[in-house]
Amino acid sequence: MGFAKYITRRIIQVIPLLILVSLISFFIIRLSPIDPLAELRLNPSISEETLQKEIKRLNLDKPIYVQYVSWAKSFVKGDLGYTSAGEKVSVKLKERIPNTLLLTTIVIFLTWIVGIPLGIFAAVKKETVFDRFLTVFSSIGMAIPSFFFAILMLMFAVKTGWFPVGGLTSYNFNEMSFGSKFLDLVKHLVLPVTVLFAISLSGLQRQMRANMLEVLDSDYVKFARAKGLSEFKVIFKHALRNAVNPMITLLGFEFAGLLSGAALTEYVFQYPGLGRLILEAVMKSDINLVMASLMMGTIMLILGNLIADILLMLTDPRIRSNKT
Amino acid sequence: MEIIKKIFKDKFARAAFIILAVLYLVILFADFIAPYSSSYSNRDMAYAPPSKIYTIDENGKFSLPYTYNYIRKYDSNLMQTVFKQDRSKKYYIKIFPKAEKYKFLGLIPTSRHLFGVEKGGQIYLLGTDINGRDVFSRLLFGGRISMTVGFLALFVVFPIGLLYGGISGYLGGIVDTLMMRFAEATMAIPSFYLLIILAAILPSGMTSVQRFALIVVILALIGWAGFARVVRGMVLSIKEEDYVQAERVMGASKLRIILKHILPQTTSYVIIAMTLSVPSYILAESGLSFLGLGIQQPDASWGNMLKEAQEFTNILYRPWLLTPGALIFIAVLSFNLLGDTIRDILDPKSEVRR
Repeated sequence: MGFAKYITRRIIQVIPLLILVSLISFFIIRLSPIDPLAELRLNPSISEETLQKEIKRLNLDKPIYVQYVSWAKSFVKGDLGYTSAGEKVSVKLKERIPNTLLLTTIVIFLTWIVGIPLGIFAAVKKETVFDRFLTVFSSIGMAIPSFFFAILMLMFAVKTGWFPVGGLTSYNFNEMSFGSKFLDLVKHLVLPVTVLFAISLSGLQRQMRANMLEVLDSDYVKFARAKGLSEFKVIFKHALRNAVNPMITLLGFEFAGLLSGAALTEYVFQYPGLGRLILEAVMKSDINLVMASLMMGTIMLILGNLIADILLMLTDPRIRSNKT
Repeated sequence: MEIIKKIFKDKFARAAFIILAVLYLVILFADFIAPYSSSYSNRDMAYAPPSKIYTIDENGKFSLPYTYNYIRKYDSNLMQTVFKQDRSKKYYIKIFPKAEKYKFLGLIPTSRHLFGVEKGGQIYLLGTDINGRDVFSRLLFGGRISMTVGFLALFVVFPIGLLYGGISGYLGGIVDTLMMRFAEATMAIPSFYLLIILAAILPSGMTSVQRFALIVVILALIGWAGFARVVRGMVLSIKEEDYVQAERVMGASKLRIILKHILPQTTSYVIIAMTLSVPSYILAESGLSFLGLGIQQPDASWGNMLKEAQEFTNILYRPWLLTPGALIFIAVLSFNLLGDTIRDILDPKSEVRR
């Protein structure tokens, strides 16, 4: 069925996209009036030698297209240069990306586990008190700015003292036993996860409800009902599978939205993720770091979409027969 | 007009419409309604809590509304500054008092405000911020920015998206492929990351008007690609219609066909997309300003006012600093409700809420 072929083709398609993205972001950053080495120059712990090495590496004395080519070459090799504080960019990214992935995966997992059943339920029990309640809840969730909600949660944490108010680990994390390490992580994750979960749940739930309503209105569901199938069978065997498919496409978008939403939430909770890293980098105009984290964010987004596409292919036979 | 009638039939949409109308009226007349100007600041009264307004006096009798001034004192036992009411003198609330000068609607110079207190009194309906500026007044002036930035961005996004999508879809072939790959590439960058980078490379030392304009442009740069893609899809099917073929045979130029005959067909989609995307621009602007990358002090915007609220002491002791967040929430909620209803009216196929 050419499964591997399809995936390889998709991955090959990603490459020109990545090149284009890197071109766009590279030119945006390089054409800006910011000196990429300003911070490095001001940092007394950076020697003249390192500075010259950076200028050489980035080819800052050459025209911009040469700079791009050399940047791209070292990027492919995995050499991302140094941050303005003198650390290796790759080390910094390795530290932050897993944290953001942890946060977003938990949120996506929770939203799907809770959101899909809620959406089905709301559609089946259309216009009951339960459905109305969910509509109000999702309207609120879609309208509340993530950073405002995060501040409210912070207020809650400060007032009750039940949760730590920022970061991912306590200061004595390294001395803890495995069990308390886990507990410590969970405690730190509760608030940011709650914020992102509530916000993405409302969108997902609403979308699922709309899909389900559309499917429930279709002829084959009516036929299944007319055949005398039990309501349970109609919903779970006939309607559900068709209503879930469009949601899988949305998974990619959801991931994109989460990456963006997480940046602000990470900022408020002082969570050491990619979003906060890029924010800090932008504030310090640390070009190497900005460029690298931008590319990483893009790669993560593209991978998210790729996974969604593959999942869709697994669940939807129509796509399988079309594209392979 | 038919649309407005239908909006008023739905009770949620009606409420949302009225709330938005009130909000826009209030920010239009912000100079008049606000008791203080946007540049007013009383350094001695940093972080003063909201003024309490009394209608029953100390003898238990009804009285005209009045308030007391605050005195700021350092409490050495508590190790912090505290505000105490100065009960020695009452200040009555006045309607249409004379206060700071401003130009009504930017035209008529006057010094009458909607309300205020007697001379020497202070009225801070929602307290003051770190610089002793009246939060209530700044909310109104900040609303001017936060509530219009989204609309202005739309007026940049939609012409670009329409033209881009129109040209791409109509010409087809290699042009189409190239244009769409470029649009996809901008969509592949996480939008908020791109947003903060674009905002961060803005040169410093711009006037606030320039900065505002550039923020609008930046917001527009984020949203155009998705919109252009949908327009292209619509154009692909519209261009096969007979009347477009006829136009082509008559020798109309490509640009004329796209602008005059194809794009008008997308109107109802455009209206839906516009109302549904206003909230995302409001959120994006407030997010940027919240991070300190958008509208800069001393100009007020709901986002940058909320920036102060994230400090722990403010969260605990000065909840009035959270009011801008509540306003963003209300505005976005209203736009969402209105957008949903307008979509249901213009596109009966998608009934999300019913």
